[in-house]
Amino acid sequence: MRYLPHSDHERAEMLGVIGAADIDALFSAVPKSALKSFDLGLPAHSPEFLVEAHMRALAGKNRAGADGPFFVGAGAYRHHVPATVDHLIQRSEWLTAYTPYQPEISQGTLQMLFEFQTQVAKLTGMDVANASMYDGSTGTAEAVLMARRLTRRNKIVLSGGLHPHYRDVVRAYLKDDADLQCLSASPEGQGDILDHIDEQTAAIVIQTPDFYGHLRNLKVAADAAHAKGALLIVVITEVVSLGLLEAPGAYGADIVVAEGQSIGNALNFGGPYLGLMATRKEFIRQMPGRLCGETVDAEGQRGFVLTLSTREQHIRREKATSNICTNSGLCALAFSIHMALLGEAGFTRLARLNHERACKLADALAAVPGVTLLNKSFFNEMTIRVAKPAVEVVEALAARGILAGVPASRLEPDDQNTANLIILAATELTTDADIAALCAALAEELQ
Amino acid sequence: MTTKFTPDHEYIRVEGSTGIVGITNYAQEALGDIVFVELPSVGKVLKKGDEAAVVESVKAASEIYAPVAGTVTEVNEALSSEPGLINADPEAGGWIYKIAISNAGELDGLLDAAGYADLTK
Amino acid sequence: MSMNNQGRPTGTGTSSFAASTGSALLPNEPLLFEIGDTEHSGVDLPDVSISTSRLGGFERKMQLDLAGLTEPEAMRHYVRLSRLNHSIDSGMYPLGSCTMKHNPRLNEKMARLPGFADIHPLQPVSTVQGALELMEQLSHWLMTLTNTAAVALTPKAGAHGELLGMMAIKAAQDAAGQAHRRIVLVPESAHGTNPATAAFLGYTVKAIPARDDGTVDVQAVKDALSSDVAAIMLTNPNTCGLFEPQVIEIAEAVHAAGAFFYCDGANFNAIMGVVRPGDLGIDAMHINLHKTFSTPHGGGGPGAGPVVLSKALAPFAPVPFVRKGDNGLELVEHAEGDALGRITAFQGQMGMYVRALTYMLSHGGDGLAQAAQDAVLNANYIKARLAHAFSVPFGDYPTMHEALFDDSFLAGTGVTTLDFAKALIDEGFHPMTMYFPLVVHGAMLIEPTESESKQTLDHFCAVMEELAADAKAGNAARFTSAPLKAPRRRLDETRAARSPILKWERVEELPQAAE
Repeated sequence: MRYLPHSDHERAEMLGVIGAADIDALFSAVPKSALKSFDLGLPAHSPEFLVEAHMRALAGKNRAGADGPFFVGAGAYRHHVPATVDHLIQRSEWLTAYTPYQPEISQGTLQMLFEFQTQVAKLTGMDVANASMYDGSTGTAEAVLMARRLTRRNKIVLSGGLHPHYRDVVRAYLKDDADLQCLSASPEGQGDILDHIDEQTAAIVIQTPDFYGHLRNLKVAADAAHAKGALLIVVITEVVSLGLLEAPGAYGADIVVAEGQSIGNALNFGGPYLGLMATRKEFIRQMPGRLCGETVDAEGQRGFVLTLSTREQHIRREKATSNICTNSGLCALAFSIHMALLGEAGFTRLARLNHERACKLADALAAVPGVTLLNKSFFNEMTIRVAKPAVEVVEALAARGILAGVPASRLEPDDQNTANLIILAATELTTDADIAALCAALAEELQ
Repeated sequence: MTTKFTPDHEYIRVEGSTGIVGITNYAQEALGDIVFVELPSVGKVLKKGDEAAVVESVKAASEIYAPVAGTVTEVNEALSSEPGLINADPEAGGWIYKIAISNAGELDGLLDAAGYADLTK
Repeated sequence: MSMNNQGRPTGTGTSSFAASTGSALLPNEPLLFEIGDTEHSGVDLPDVSISTSRLGGFERKMQLDLAGLTEPEAMRHYVRLSRLNHSIDSGMYPLGSCTMKHNPRLNEKMARLPGFADIHPLQPVSTVQGALELMEQLSHWLMTLTNTAAVALTPKAGAHGELLGMMAIKAAQDAAGQAHRRIVLVPESAHGTNPATAAFLGYTVKAIPARDDGTVDVQAVKDALSSDVAAIMLTNPNTCGLFEPQVIEIAEAVHAAGAFFYCDGANFNAIMGVVRPGDLGIDAMHINLHKTFSTPHGGGGPGAGPVVLSKALAPFAPVPFVRKGDNGLELVEHAEGDALGRITAFQGQMGMYVRALTYMLSHGGDGLAQAAQDAVLNANYIKARLAHAFSVPFGDYPTMHEALFDDSFLAGTGVTTLDFAKALIDEGFHPMTMYFPLVVHGAMLIEPTESESKQTLDHFCAVMEELAADAKAGNAARFTSAPLKAPRRRLDETRAARSPILKWERVEELPQAAE
């Protein structure tokens, strides 16, 4: 077996040093009834080329994004990742290191995390950011819990524009919680969340651009929340939007959670992704997740360490701020490298290009008979109402080789209002030809 | 004026009906450099054994329990910016909070200096 | 008050990049923000104009101040930074309970096939049948290796899996009218995530003391069980590297009391293919794909923590999951009946599923069993080689995949476990896990994994013996000043925690003060 260094001769020699008769002697604590008492019936070890053939066959049964026009978004976005990013993250020293618990021999990872935290703080306009969460959805649930600790209040209100998966994750985390209010889906961008804020409210959660693509007014939300002593949690699933839109921190957000996948990370059928989380300086000690901080070594040289770790489970055990242990290190590295390659100039250009593509898509869709565009405002994603059930239309377009977006009812099956809605995204990868092909096919399907 | 101790390494210095609470020198040595203190809010009503404050070193976070019941009357704000005061001078400048003792009888159940010294031998 | 005393660095110098040195092949590297600026970019993009923007008046007015680098600058920055890291590929990484095994590159190559990497979680299910098939195959391997009835793939990491497993237990008990069960039993030796998870769900944690031999006493468990106990969370093999010999009796007692058995599967690498946890009576167990099945640790994630479930818990698995339908495989995305709902957006860590299945197919059932046995062989070999110079806390039992020592061999030397570990850095090894498990004083937990050759193990043992001899000979300074050969000396963690600096900030040039 190519991954196992010992020869049988060496194994025997080592058993001799140990003083064990055979390998089973080392498993003497295992009850006899449970030790090797079965035939697994699994295939035997396999050469690399056969494994590769097996995996290629599976991959071949999937339709990759690059295979044709592609407009799927709704929380994960198909962007171009520079070749440099993927090359760098595959370097041994990044790929095969562990959490930097020994800072003297982990300064690479630690400095990168410090740079990552700085990038995220700047992007969101917040004071501090952590070293990443699992993803945007679990980060949102953690932010809700953090707001409860900070305010010592319990009521949480989720906007009807929040990604339904994110809402469902918050529900699972706060199981059977009467203090959780989830407003019904708001595909037209309507919102009555401000009416639900009262003196018991810990936080309101607003996504912008929202699940249906609409841009939400954070300033009004922040002021209304703060007037009642509640916090504003802002959720962003398309982080590229921050290249054109004002940072949530500038509007008074208290906690910002974002899905960082768009920068540096492939679609990967949903994971691994990375959650970004940023907050105000005074809230650091209630923020979950790892933090990297600057310090000096015994000779006075600048260096970095994991810090404030007493908030975490390996020390506080049942008093920890959350049970999160692993972060999303390699995805954070990919994010950080891609963001460093973009820089402010490139990031702004990327965002403008996305918006320009989306404007083109919106205008083209609006001209298709049977299509109503629901958005007055958007960044790179929008919702249309069509004259037929959206699931059927999307399936029919897929059969024509066009991945036309996400039927809203796939995520909101209980809401009749979403049955004819399709959510579509454009990115820098969307061409004029893609848009033309989509609109032509859509027009035919809706005839 | 008398000082009593808990087996959990808190001290309470009694001045009339007020108790001044902190952690012992033994405790600060064992914890190492204190980096953060979470102070109780003034007016908080505590039962004996309630969690009153948290002190954090680099590697550990320790709850400070109320040695007796009472109401918090004052906290040592200086610890917010200078938590190291607990290391430098735990039983004077490093005090954590003052409590209006509601039942002086509870003091009798605590250790005296000799008893605490025995415990930490 | 609980306490935990460890050695600490006490650097007093001032931060100054200019004062940094660094050696020929390990240059110091400035921060991204010190070498880049907002004008530079390493990505060529057309600069388009937009006639009418639809941004609703929320256009950005503030500068972001994000530094950029051109491609050659970025390449050098990240390559230089990477050289400051120890990694599995560059040397032994015997970090106990973390299973730092070789990460095969075939896994990486497969995860990057466009059919896996370039598919969207919400594209029509008819266009991702291969992905669903892969999830099915991975599930089959995990259920077969554990002899369990179901698996929930979606947890993002081990601790997330624990959370899910305990949520499933809670849901099952709520459904059975047993919501009054509010206590979870956790052995003292458990990893910190266990009590954190139980507390997160509102359970009261009751600690079970360890026996003198480091294992859990079935009688102590029986004494703690009652009609208020919801579950026991037990790690097996446990955090001391020992297999719990009475695990079956414990499971039977737990079930007889109407409670569930959550097994922390962090140490599954010791027994995969050799012992099936389902045969031991577990109800739920998370499996860290990034430990046991070689998906890369990546400097701290991403992980993946699928949870296998017994028949009793299977109906409470979260969405989404794959099942066979009339037109091929279906993805069930919405909870039915008592199921838990959703604990993450989308389908979990697909990139990790690809890597783990690639690893499993490469090893086969026979190779996985051989890997587990080699991991156990290696740990016992280290223990046998070092027992004479180090102190073994629990007597002369065979260990599983980890060798555990305490610090009594260092008594009177002035050297702590931390100092000893830092000296190991100077010899080219990553230190072992220290001060964990908490039940052992000054613990040193060594997990070599199956990936280390006999030659490497012999070298490691020789270095460990030499260090122990030197500590006992009174050369404390070598240890207390270590590391000397790493890119940094010991770092001042107190300073970092007292006044946290968590991001780079532009320092305005101060005018020179007149004397």
